[in-house]
Amino acid sequence: MTSEVLLEGKELIKYFPHGSKGIFGKPDGFVQAVDGVNIILRKGQTLGIVGESGCGKSTLARVLTRLIDPTSGSIFLEGQDITKVNGKELQVLRRDIQMIFQDPYSSLNPRHSVGEIIATPMRIQKILPKGSEKLRVQELMELVGLNPEHYNRYPHEFSGGQRQRIGIARALALNPKVIVADEPVSALDVSIQAQILNLLEQLQHDLGLSYVFIAHDLSVVRHIADEVAVMYLGKVVELARPDALYSAPSHPYSKALLSAVPSATPRSSHMHSRIVLQGDVPSPINPPNGCRFAARCWKAKDSCIAQEPSLQSHGEIPDENVGLVACHFPEISN
Amino acid sequence: MSAKVGTPLFYSPLSYLRIALITFIARRLLFALVLLAAVSLFTYLLFALLPTDPAALTCGKNCKPELIEANRVRLGYDKPIHEQYFQFVKGIFTGRTYGTGDIAFTCPAPSLGYSFNQHECVSSLIGKTFPVTAFLSLGAFILWMLLGVGTGTLAALHRGKWQDRLTSVITSIGVSLPTFYVGLLVLFSVVIWLQWLPFPHYASPSENLHDFLTAMILPWITLAVLSAASYTRITRNGVLEAMNEDFVRFGVAKGLKNRTVIRKYVLRAALIPIVTIAGLDFAALLGGAIVTESVFSLPGMGRLAIRSVTDSDLPVLVGTTLVAAVFIVMANTIVDIIYGILDPRVRLK
Amino acid sequence: MNNVRLLSVENLNVEFSTSDGVVHAVNDVSFSVHSGKTLGIVGESGSGKSVTASSILKLNTGITASTSGSILFNGKNILGVDDKAIRAIRGSEIAMIFQDPLSALNPYYTIGSQIIEAYKVHHKGVKKKEARKIALEMLHRVGIPNPEARIDEYPHQFSGGMRQRIVIATALINSPKLLIADEPTTALDVTVQAQILDLMKDIQRENGMAIILITHDLGVVAETCDDVAVMYGGRIVEKASVQELFVTPTHPYSFGLLGAVRSLDNSARGELQTIAGSPPSLLNLPSGCSFLPRCSYADASRQQCASFVPPLQNVLPTNSLSACHLRAEALNVLKIKEPS
Repeated sequence: MTSEVLLEGKELIKYFPHGSKGIFGKPDGFVQAVDGVNIILRKGQTLGIVGESGCGKSTLARVLTRLIDPTSGSIFLEGQDITKVNGKELQVLRRDIQMIFQDPYSSLNPRHSVGEIIATPMRIQKILPKGSEKLRVQELMELVGLNPEHYNRYPHEFSGGQRQRIGIARALALNPKVIVADEPVSALDVSIQAQILNLLEQLQHDLGLSYVFIAHDLSVVRHIADEVAVMYLGKVVELARPDALYSAPSHPYSKALLSAVPSATPRSSHMHSRIVLQGDVPSPINPPNGCRFAARCWKAKDSCIAQEPSLQSHGEIPDENVGLVACHFPEISN
Repeated sequence: MSAKVGTPLFYSPLSYLRIALITFIARRLLFALVLLAAVSLFTYLLFALLPTDPAALTCGKNCKPELIEANRVRLGYDKPIHEQYFQFVKGIFTGRTYGTGDIAFTCPAPSLGYSFNQHECVSSLIGKTFPVTAFLSLGAFILWMLLGVGTGTLAALHRGKWQDRLTSVITSIGVSLPTFYVGLLVLFSVVIWLQWLPFPHYASPSENLHDFLTAMILPWITLAVLSAASYTRITRNGVLEAMNEDFVRFGVAKGLKNRTVIRKYVLRAALIPIVTIAGLDFAALLGGAIVTESVFSLPGMGRLAIRSVTDSDLPVLVGTTLVAAVFIVMANTIVDIIYGILDPRVRLK
Repeated sequence: MNNVRLLSVENLNVEFSTSDGVVHAVNDVSFSVHSGKTLGIVGESGSGKSVTASSILKLNTGITASTSGSILFNGKNILGVDDKAIRAIRGSEIAMIFQDPLSALNPYYTIGSQIIEAYKVHHKGVKKKEARKIALEMLHRVGIPNPEARIDEYPHQFSGGMRQRIVIATALINSPKLLIADEPTTALDVTVQAQILDLMKDIQRENGMAIILITHDLGVVAETCDDVAVMYGGRIVEKASVQELFVTPTHPYSFGLLGAVRSLDNSARGELQTIAGSPPSLLNLPSGCSFLPRCSYADASRQQCASFVPPLQNVLPTNSLSACHLRAEALNVLKIKEPS
């Protein structure tokens, strides 16, 4: 973990006004989508963010990429504060941070040819590639495993997996430093997921890319991430290396989440005790005081409601950024 | 959002729904009032800023400057613009008297000004022409809704069969025909060529129902053709889209009859967007069906507005524009409220 | 009650004519379901699994669908009955739930009225009050907290997991003998998925209904099903008990699928096992085995594989059936390694 910090979010908070009751339509609350998140992405590495719907992982991604402004907190790219960057500077910044979206069907304009789709970022940024634009596009297509001769085809002529490759090629067009991938494989079939994950890893290896990889699928994140942040109701509840997290989760929520994943091994050959959480995730509009997971936690005591646990190391040897957990009574391994 | 913790017992879910609906309606009405005030101001200013001198238009050629000045004072055009607007708004609520003494004349509330060209209060001009436009709009509206929604639903239910193809051909022709063309076509064929009907001569329905109907039937058809064609398309697409909804499949899987599924599941979902468009289209029509009224020589608000433009009759122009705008705002509000009643997701966030 | 053959589908074919040509969605599919048991139909998108499921309730209507074969339910051929008879079966003897609980409920009516409607359509003349009582009991059974207060709320006022519970309550209100669940948990979070799968199993244990579970998730199959049919290109390529499928898969596609899932589940980093290429188009299926273009095992028998579709047959000395020309010896050699 010695590689240098590339992208950093400090004390990020994003609240959305919610609802409007009464005649004058004042918001009656705020959705606390992201609430005090510290996060670090290191160069050439992959930061995985997992959590269930509504935990704030997608909002966090959009805040980090400056697609939306944080309510408070700051974002640093290579040590520079980019929280307040605007206008032309922001446009330049966009070259460095690109996104890959979940749905390969709706994130590509159906009326543009693949060549045009991949070239669009270069045209918008007025970056003329060496040689011709077409050459650069075909080079990118080759890079992501598409046939460069299909330059003039339209998105509907490609399968879901191929469309996601087009999305990846478009994200690579401007030689970004960071790629934020929001559920990039969850709309794809299992056999295709593996192809895309292999491609992303290959590209990272070849081009030295850094990824923020958001997914609800724990095994996908485990496979690709160097570090995983588990989110629950707008907070990071655990931050750890995947091996440690998956073999011995420290936060009760991480434990429940992992145990809920059905394993592709038949019943009799593995009898793991599954923790089935009761009830639903509370509303992020007026989240509970203290630990946000306390209401559903089997270990919760009064102190959990009284005081919110901070994200900190509980290990014997405190390692600066690895193995942090926000729990008063974490699972102790070994 | 689910019920809050600590809600008192008497606060039953049903009364909660009702309160939500009432605040929803109240909010829409308040918004409509603010919008109306803004529209009236904007309309008045727009016309006041025209380079035409309204006072100069009050008397014909060879007008003496003294007369123009006298009229300017009498009509209040000598005052600063904000005062003129204030007088105008006040007139709407209290009526307005122009000039003093013998030559004074009064337009009772709601006064929208006085037309020198026609020597009549604008409100009474509108009052005379509006019923014609209202009858025209209402009839055409009913006709096109029945036709459009009916054939649209039919076409969707017989998707791909001859009923659908025929509808698609007819609607393609329908939407591409301009109103004036349809109007002249039916006028020429039915009245002049076939001589099935006399040349329309408007009479009010209370006066002579037969004349009223013979005068209105062709304009109704003319206006309905174009809208019916586009409503057929919207309905067909809406019904087809709704039929693909999971909840429609779930309804079928429950064992419901096709008729029940179409009524409770498909049409309910498909008609909600149509209500929105229909409300606005109807309101736009109430502001005056200019082309149709001209073709069929109907003494409606559309013709009044056209005449005021050619005569540079500013007070009438302001009045008709404002009335049309009021209809649009009202229709918007009513549509919003209906939408909220039809779709619980709108009123209960 | 158990082990009564409740439903048997024989030689089912479903085709759709589209402007691009005829889509052969389901080809010669046969399987049976027993009371109290869960059959999983697993496959990727376009494998024909959902169309197969919809045919059982004759939901693939519309002029473009043509269905042949037979679907025997309690000895009666469903494909042969008229509209009225199938309506009497839908929702009463066979119920179906769909993937997306967010869109499976009619947004314009309260959840209570939708459950009551499902009850009353098969219980004519029942008083509304009584139907409401039964609906409340059912909501309570599926774990909706405080059903009396919530029965008059609209679907959008519930979370995704709660909505799927309501959908299940609606589907089970008439105590069907067979529940067809088309990807019932795909749109849900894992912790909610665990709750819903548990609920379905509990109810099955109580009332002995049969379940057909359609899913793309092998993990869900492993945890909930007794038997599995693996579909590919509109055909069943392997039929086995869950134990057999996961321990001794006999079709190369099943190998590949299990391999992809297991390498994802078990390895930390490193290259994932994949199946090269993409699924076939149902518009023009190859004449032979439709998995052949992606199959890495077919070297010796390639000619045979390309010329005709392999029938489902016994390959190993187990009960599992595999639609593959490869013989047992070849498959044993290629057997994927069990993760340690």
